[in-house]
Order: sequence, then structure tokens, then C-alpha cells
Amino acid sequence: MNLEKVVFGFFILLALTLNFGFFIGDIGDPDHHNVYEFFAALVVNLIATVMKFGDRTHIGALLLASGLVADLQLFAAALVWAIAIYAMNLGMTEAVTASIVSLAGGALLANVVSVTLLIVETVSLQR
Amino acid sequence: MRGVIALVLRRMRGPLILLILTYAIAVLGFVLIPGEDAAGERWRMDFFHAFYFVSFMATTIGFGEVPYVFTDAQRLWTSISIYLTVIAWFYALGNIIALIQDPGFRQVVAHSRFRRSVRAISEPFYLVCGYGDTGSLLVRALAERGRRTTVIDIDPHRINELRIDDLPLFVPGLCGDANLTDNLLAAGLRHPCCAGVLAVTDDDRTNLQIAITSKLLTPALPVLCRAETRETAANMRSFGTDYVINPFVAFADNLLTSLRSPDLQRFENWLTAQPGTPLPEPASPPKGRWIICGFGRLGSAVQRYLGYAAVEVTVVGPRPPEDHLPYVRGTGTEAVTLREAGVAEAAVVFAATRSDADNLSIAMTARELNPDVFLIARQNNRWSDAIFRAARLDIVMTPSLIIATEIMAVLAAPLLREFLRRARHQRDEWAVELAKELRAINDGRTPDVWAVDIDDDSAPAVAAALTEGHRIDLAALLTDPRDRSQRQRCLTLMLVRNGEYLLRPAPEQELRLGDRLLLTGSERVRNRLSWVLRNRHALRYVLTGEQLPDGWVWRWLQRRRQQQETRHAPGQ
Repeated sequence: MNLEKVVFGFFILLALTLNFGFFIGDIGDPDHHNVYEFFAALVVNLIATVMKFGDRTHIGALLLASGLVADLQLFAAALVWAIAIYAMNLGMTEAVTASIVSLAGGALLANVVSVTLLIVETVSLQR
Repeated sequence: MRGVIALVLRRMRGPLILLILTYAIAVLGFVLIPGEDAAGERWRMDFFHAFYFVSFMATTIGFGEVPYVFTDAQRLWTSISIYLTVIAWFYALGNIIALIQDPGFRQVVAHSRFRRSVRAISEPFYLVCGYGDTGSLLVRALAERGRRTTVIDIDPHRINELRIDDLPLFVPGLCGDANLTDNLLAAGLRHPCCAGVLAVTDDDRTNLQIAITSKLLTPALPVLCRAETRETAANMRSFGTDYVINPFVAFADNLLTSLRSPDLQRFENWLTAQPGTPLPEPASPPKGRWIICGFGRLGSAVQRYLGYAAVEVTVVGPRPPEDHLPYVRGTGTEAVTLREAGVAEAAVVFAATRSDADNLSIAMTARELNPDVFLIARQNNRWSDAIFRAARLDIVMTPSLIIATEIMAVLAAPLLREFLRRARHQRDEWAVELAKELRAINDGRTPDVWAVDIDDDSAPAVAAALTEGHRIDLAALLTDPRDRSQRQRCLTLMLVRNGEYLLRPAPEQELRLGDRLLLTGSERVRNRLSWVLRNRHALRYVLTGEQLPDGWVWRWLQRRRQQQETRHAPGQ
């Protein structure tokens, strides 16, 4: 067992699960989407992306790309959140919540790709 | 470049994760710890404000406690997180700076920069392996003629020298082992513009390795090699190395030629010297007995060639030679040894040891014992130029200079080798005559030597005229395009047609498509001749004396004038 692989797999999976936890629920209902979960998802996603740095294989490049996409989506969600509440004083209306959650949904998709790639790589190693 | 980025990312993984973690902990703490707003109500910081506060706290900018004055619990958390995040930042920055100063990283950067500049070359270039005395002479000579080069040397000091040397062209240099194929490939061995490989390191094994690598990977590419032993030279020739230069044999060969026919040696020197410099006037050694001090590779090569001319030789050295030659033990730096070797009656003393100090000492001692003796000394180090000049020796033999001169002669005009080989079989009067003409051709300076192919590429105007059925002879081609009554000051050394070599062709010799000419003259003449070869109007003028109008309007006027002349002609 390789400890490095464990940590790597742990963070990538955790990024997906946290992201999923935030995403699930009624898309327009702010009570279904916890801000702490969002924060955790963002931090774990960033860490997972940094862990993918410096891998020169083709699959490593794809992993990094999917991680960057997830980060970008979550950043966009955080920006929408901050702008809606503090810059425009809209409050957590249904429209704002829906757009935040849908952006997080995009990140979820990217995380699914990441995990799939991880599984593909593991299976192709056959050991 | 890809390697550099990957390396930076890999090294930054730890510091970045640490930074993200400390930020996350600090932000989370501020969100969880309750505070009080201006009215004293219980208030919790949200993620946005927490991130804002941590961002300027971690970078120690510090805007104060926002949006409300902190409670003591919040201040405690601020103190903890300041140390946490600032340490993380220092660690990350320190890591980047350490990475930049890391010798391994610098080497990767230098390597990738070298690869990029080699890849960007879009004109023919030579790959020079070894930037010692020979390599630097070659690179400079090539750069002054506008030819590009790439350099590999194993010694970082020499690559630094290359950067400091004030060359007219940019020459990319790689510090690496030329034995490794990767380094040769990085220096452009397979580059489509690579015109040849010059292996001139001071190690025979390395030169051999370079030659065999290039011949295997790129068989068509010419390879010029330096070899200091006969075995290496034979080995290199065995797998098709195009040109092998042994500086000792080359020097011995030149000595033999100058003993047999001084004029032949003289013009060989003139044709291969650096164009534009004053014509070298090498002294010819007198007839008589030789004393050779130092019987290494140079000494034995010279002794062998002197044997062909039946010259008597006495050897001075620490070990007796294998053949039964007159021999005296010693280095020759002492008067006793030289006297024992018979310096008083000797005609020539040749100091051929590996040490410059010994060679100078031998020469000075010999001059003391016999002021009339002809002195030849080997100069191993290029930096000893000044003292060797001050010693006023008759001939100074510099191996690096000999190799560089030979290689430059091959690169300037490959036909020149063929010419010189054939010139050796000519009579003495022929050589005397040619030497006299060469001296006059460029006002006592070394002329340029170049080859001209009569084909569409290098002589389009002449090729077109020949295809149309015009007769062009050498005399016409070498007419001054500014004034038809003058001949250009230019000699035709050789004409090659269908694999036959014609030395010094007559001016009446007619040209045919596919001919190759070897010419010599000043650089100005070379430029003027290339004008005749390429420009139809210039060629027309030297052939017929007609100055053709150029441009549409002038051609129309010319046609009109001709028509008017034909109309008026019957009436007169």
C-alpha cells in the first residue's frame, strides 16, 4: 500500500462527496444548502488540485484539468454568493440560491470526471 | 519549458497545500467565534468577511478590525492565525527562492533555453563539440563569416567564456557531455538546418563517440573530427567520417612539403589562411641534420615524414625510441644534452614536448649554443602567444590553430582539398607561377576561395543563358560588370566537369551546365561575380556590351526607338 496514493485518493473522493452533499436538495431552497459544507468543498477541491500538480502523464494532465474546472466553478459560485448578498443586498432569494447550486453542480460533474479518471488509472495498473 | 513548469509545480505542492490549510483553519475560526456588533449584539462573522480579514492579516498588511471591533476571543484567534499563516507564507516563499537557486533547477532552465534557441535557428549551422582553443577559434572564424554554430562543452567555465566572448552572432552553448546522444540531439544533430558536425574536443574517445553517433543517426551529415593518434584516425575513417584531422600529421606533412617544394607550401598556406589577413610568409627549414626534443606523437610523426625526405634526425627524450635512431637521454632544456646531441652542427632544432616552458627553454638554450640554428617550437597553450612571439622563433607549431585552419579550409570550399591534392603532383615551375599570381591577386593579402556551381540555384542567369544556347567562356564570365574592358582580378583554380578535374583552365574554356568552378580573389570580386551570375542584365552586359533598359517604361521606349529606326532606315 502506498500512503501517497491513499492521501491522493482520499482528497479527490472527499472533494466529490462534499460537493455532492452541498449540491443535493431543492435547488431554490437556501435551507437545503449549507454554507459550511460549501466552504469545506472549496478548500478540499483546492487541495486536491494542488496535489495533482507536476504529474507529466496524459492522465495526470486530464486530472489537473478537471480539478481546475471544479475550482473555477466553485469560485464562480462563491463570487455570486458574495456579490448577491454584500454588493447588491439581494439576500438568499430563490434565484440566487439556484444559480449558486447550479454552479456547484457543474463542479460536481468535474469532480465525477476526476474520480472516474482515478479509477481508470487504478484499473489500468492491474495490481 | 515543460520540464521547468512541471518541476516548479511538483516542488510547490507541499507549500501550497500548507497555505490552503492554514487559510482554511483561520477563516473557519473567525466564522465560528462569536463577536459583538456596534450595538453590543451577538454577531457572527460570515465567510466573506472572514476571508477578507484573513487575506490582509496573513500577508501582514493589516487594515484593523473589521467590520466591528473584535472581542477578546476573536483577538486570541487573530494572534494564533497570524503566526500560522505568516509562517506558511514564509515557507512557501523560501521554497520558491530555494528552487530558483537550486543548481539542478538552473541546469534544467539553461537546458530548456538552449533547446529553444537551437530549435529557432532557421539557417544552416554547424554543431561544434568542444570549446577549447580549437573550438573557440573555429566558432569565431565561422561567426565572422556569418555562419551560425551551436556549441557543446563539458566544462562550465568554457561555456561561460562563450557567453563572455564578443561574437558577432548569437551562439547557443550547452554545458554537457558530448558523449551523450541526448546532448547532441539537443544541440541540433537532427535539425533540418544542421550542415555538419565538428568534433574538436581534446579527448580522442569523445571525438570518436561523436563521430559514430552522428554517422548512425544522420548518415548524410558531414562529420569533421580531430584525432591525435593514428589508431583513432583509422577507426574514424573506417565508418565513413568525412574528414579526420590529426594536427601532428598535418604539421609533419606541411614540413615535408616545404622541404621539397617551398612554393607549393607557400600557396597552400595562402589559400587556407584567414581571408583579408596579410599573406603568411612561413620560413622553410634549411637542409641538414635535425634535433627533435620530445619524441611523443608530434615528434614521431615529424621524424617519420622527415624520413621520406631522407633527413638525418637525432632524438632527445626521456625514453629511447623504438627504431634505432641516434638518441640522447634528457629533455633538451640543459646545454649538456643539446651539446651531446650535436647542436653546433645541426641545421634545425625542433622543441616538440607537451610543456610550453620546456619548449621555450629548449629553443633559447639551442640559440645560445648555435645562433644560426633554425628553431621550431610547439605551442600548446593559446595564451602563450605573447612569449612565443617574443622568442622570435622561425616556426611556431600550434595544434589548435592547425586544426582550425584545416577545418575552415574544408568548410569554405570542399573543392579546395581536391585542388591542393592535385597541385602536389604538379611541377615546381607551376607552383612558382601560381604563387606569383596569388600574391598579386589581392594586393598582398590572403584571398578568399570559393566554389561556384553553374546551375539554377547558384548561377540562375548563366544557367538560363546556357539553356538558351548562348556561348559563355571563362574570360567573359570573369569580366568586370562595371567596365567591360577590364578583367576581374580573380583566378580560376579548377574546373570540375563530369567528375574530371581540370587545373587552371584557360580563359577560352567554354562553360557548360553542371560545371563547378573553384575561384580565388578578394571578397569584393566575389560579390561582383555573384552579381553577374544572378543578374541577367549584368550578364548580358559582360557578354555583349549592351545595357538593357530595365522596367516596363524603358522597355517600351526602347521598342519605340527601334521601330522608328527601322522605319527611317529605308528612307536614308
